[in-house]
Amino acid sequence: MKLNLRVWRQKNADAPGDMATYEVDGISSDMSFLEMLDTLNEELILRGEDPVAFDHDCREGICGACSLVINGDAHGPERTTTCQLHMRSFQDGDTIDVEPWRAAAFPVVKDLVVDRSAFDRIIQAGGYISAPTGSAPEAHATPVPKADADFAFEHAECIGCGACVAACPNGSAMLFTSAKINHLNVLPQGAPERETRVLDMVATMDEEGFGGCTLTGECATACPKGIPLPSIAAMNKEWLRATRKSRR
Amino acid sequence: MSYFAYTTGEPVKDTKAPDGPVAERWDRRRFEAKLVNPANRRKHTVIVVGTGLAGGSAGATLAEQGYRVVQFCYQDSPRRAHSIAAQGGINAAKNYRNDGDSVHRLFYDTVKGGDFRARESNVHRLAQISVEIIDQCVAQGVPFAREYGGLLDTRSFGGVQVSRTFYARGQTGQQLLLGAYQALSRQIAAGNVEMHPRTEMLDLIVVDGRARGIVARDLITGRISTHFADAVVLATGGYGNVFYLSTNAMNSNATAVWRAHRRGAYFANPCFTQIHPTCIPRTGDHQSKLTLMSESLRNDGRIWVPKAKGDRRPAAEIPEDERDYYLERIYPSFGNLVPRDIASRAAKNVCDEGRGVGPGGQGVYLDFADAIRRMGRRAVEEKYGNLFDMYARITAEDPYETPMRIYPAVHYTMGGLWVDYDLQTTVPGLFAIGEANFSDHGANRLGASALMQGLADGYFVLPSTINDYLARHPSSEPLDDTHPVVAEALAETEDRISLLLAVDGDRTPDSFHRELGELMWEFCGMARSEEGLRKALERIPQIREEFWRRIKVPGTGEEFNQSLEKANRIVDYLELAELMCLDALHRSESCGGHFREESQTADGEAARKDEEFSYVAAWEFRGAGGRTQGEHGTGTGDAPVLHKEDLVFDYVHPTQRSYA
Repeated sequence: MKLNLRVWRQKNADAPGDMATYEVDGISSDMSFLEMLDTLNEELILRGEDPVAFDHDCREGICGACSLVINGDAHGPERTTTCQLHMRSFQDGDTIDVEPWRAAAFPVVKDLVVDRSAFDRIIQAGGYISAPTGSAPEAHATPVPKADADFAFEHAECIGCGACVAACPNGSAMLFTSAKINHLNVLPQGAPERETRVLDMVATMDEEGFGGCTLTGECATACPKGIPLPSIAAMNKEWLRATRKSRR
Repeated sequence: MSYFAYTTGEPVKDTKAPDGPVAERWDRRRFEAKLVNPANRRKHTVIVVGTGLAGGSAGATLAEQGYRVVQFCYQDSPRRAHSIAAQGGINAAKNYRNDGDSVHRLFYDTVKGGDFRARESNVHRLAQISVEIIDQCVAQGVPFAREYGGLLDTRSFGGVQVSRTFYARGQTGQQLLLGAYQALSRQIAAGNVEMHPRTEMLDLIVVDGRARGIVARDLITGRISTHFADAVVLATGGYGNVFYLSTNAMNSNATAVWRAHRRGAYFANPCFTQIHPTCIPRTGDHQSKLTLMSESLRNDGRIWVPKAKGDRRPAAEIPEDERDYYLERIYPSFGNLVPRDIASRAAKNVCDEGRGVGPGGQGVYLDFADAIRRMGRRAVEEKYGNLFDMYARITAEDPYETPMRIYPAVHYTMGGLWVDYDLQTTVPGLFAIGEANFSDHGANRLGASALMQGLADGYFVLPSTINDYLARHPSSEPLDDTHPVVAEALAETEDRISLLLAVDGDRTPDSFHRELGELMWEFCGMARSEEGLRKALERIPQIREEFWRRIKVPGTGEEFNQSLEKANRIVDYLELAELMCLDALHRSESCGGHFREESQTADGEAARKDEEFSYVAAWEFRGAGGRTQGEHGTGTGDAPVLHKEDLVFDYVHPTQRSYA
């Protein structure tokens, strides 16, 4: 098929950006969206133009690197990562808008590439269990009820792509932050740091310039891993509990 | 210039593996190793390159011990290293199932699965440590699958008859990696690790025979900088992307290990590559990478092809008695759970016979109809749901209704930098861990063993053994960019980048990568022959020559430039590919994933030649140091030198592997 692409081009963080129009032809419906962009880039290189920069790595939907807003939707029309979106979701002759994540806390690096290091700093604030190597007790010493283990897993699935932030009108990172808090706080191993974890991570989230939650629900709709919206409520509950205990 | 020739040098003598009973060697080595006083650890800086399971766990653990760690990854965050894509699980000899498992059995299975080409001491240590890994990960909050009673669940993997694989649905690698990433994040926050994301190592700095630092490029600004340390640890993964199409991440590359090789680190068994039997078949020339379907699927899925050649009927219309469940037929005791190399070759054989399914006949069925009948769709969903979704997403076929189509693809490289028992390379102070080294898997890796090895190396082995090196080198000469060796390494890196940008030819980096990959897949892939390898060895230097004449890299070096990154990695693939073919040519036996057509048994199985080849092939680079010739002529210089490390088997005696 033949497509009309409108792509955000921005030389670097300081330069102004703009949408540029490209035509691509010979696109197969079996291609992934990123393979379609590869095709465009091969042509651009041969024409002596700067290829479109975009983040991508595993192309299996798990590393969380890819990050495109496609026709206004984070990761495009299907509920998956951009790398797992296939061209069969589009029609011959379509015009497709391709933009980077848009959020104050995710500045553009170049074209479609953004800086998501704020997510790393949120994890550094408390998204871990302090268990230095060598100090672990026997794994079966503490059974974990299956329901808790499944709850932890469901939240641990987050790939840190940032679609939740990109989809949120407030640029909020509450779904991301709550996913890690809920993963660790439900486990017995996470209990000793339960309060400090939520207080420190939420404080860092605010410092990084992410917005607040107004329960729009766009985050959970865009999340390729299906982190559920009530995750945010559970985090708020943890935060209230920790504030009340005010253990720091 | 190409090389078919090589010279044989001194055998590798000292592997540092202690003598004595195999079960006591690790204890002995740890006791004999020198220690660094906790108060003195702050004075030592260790560079760790890579943040996957091996690098992430090593960086965190070294920092916990009190060392100053400077760590690098090319991704925008250490959480994205490709270990994250590992699906199936991690082995550990916990024997929670009471099914006869033990450390010795895991040791035995791994040596046998590796077709008797791994070092016994290392493999035994790996099996011993496996149990500690599970404890460590559970303590970190890794959400492994659990039974209703709250205890950990396990499943089976290929090449074994016990159930020792721990898993977190189909995302075990992700969960283990996030555990290591979180431990690392804690150390970053504490100021013990200086993390450099989006920074790629481009060369190794060796001063007075010791690894003392690296040259790296900031991928955002293009700035090339030097970093110095008392020791350097490479945890940069495997080199499967030499083949262009593989299950590796798009940016996984061989530059760090290849540059280290050019600086003196021997490269061991480069031809030992693993072709994974269950990947989604390619759909066309646009294909940029291949996606694995976890081996765990072979627990419940049945592999088959039609009995008749060229049977083009849809799967559902082929009656039971016209189907050939060939793995169950040929290997009745292991059935669909034979090791990867055997399953891959069997798939290739039935497709070569003209019985393959799907477009181009390059596929076999992996069928869950029986499992769904037996366990119910719910249970199958619970176990494999995310894998089925992934398959449906990519192929637009519903695997609950029609059988999956799968075909083998390049997945893992058992070869890598040669390391001794301490995981130190032949360059003092340079260590290699995880897939980047060659150590534990011999000629074929068993499923769910990569995660085990990466974490064993990073959490437990390296943090013990590196002490010994650092204790013996309590102080290092301070370095800066004016030191002649450092200045030379910097200049060579800068020259290489300028050369790439200056060619301004008419072919894209990808076009060369694809051409090399196709050549390697054809001649150095699932089956190799002297004739084919010689062809490849003739062709690779020609591609390299053309590369330096026709490559087109847009933009400049002083900016975010993904084409430049790619082209720079291809330079190294074009050199490494040649060594892989040479190694494959010289090893005229078949073993594990290395199948030489000339060396097979009457029924087509790999035939080892233990008397000739029971050794690790460690190759020494004999060329022009860090300078890639570019317009000054191409090639790697003189033919490499082969150093053999003889393998001694005191406990697991080499036999023809049998899974029948």
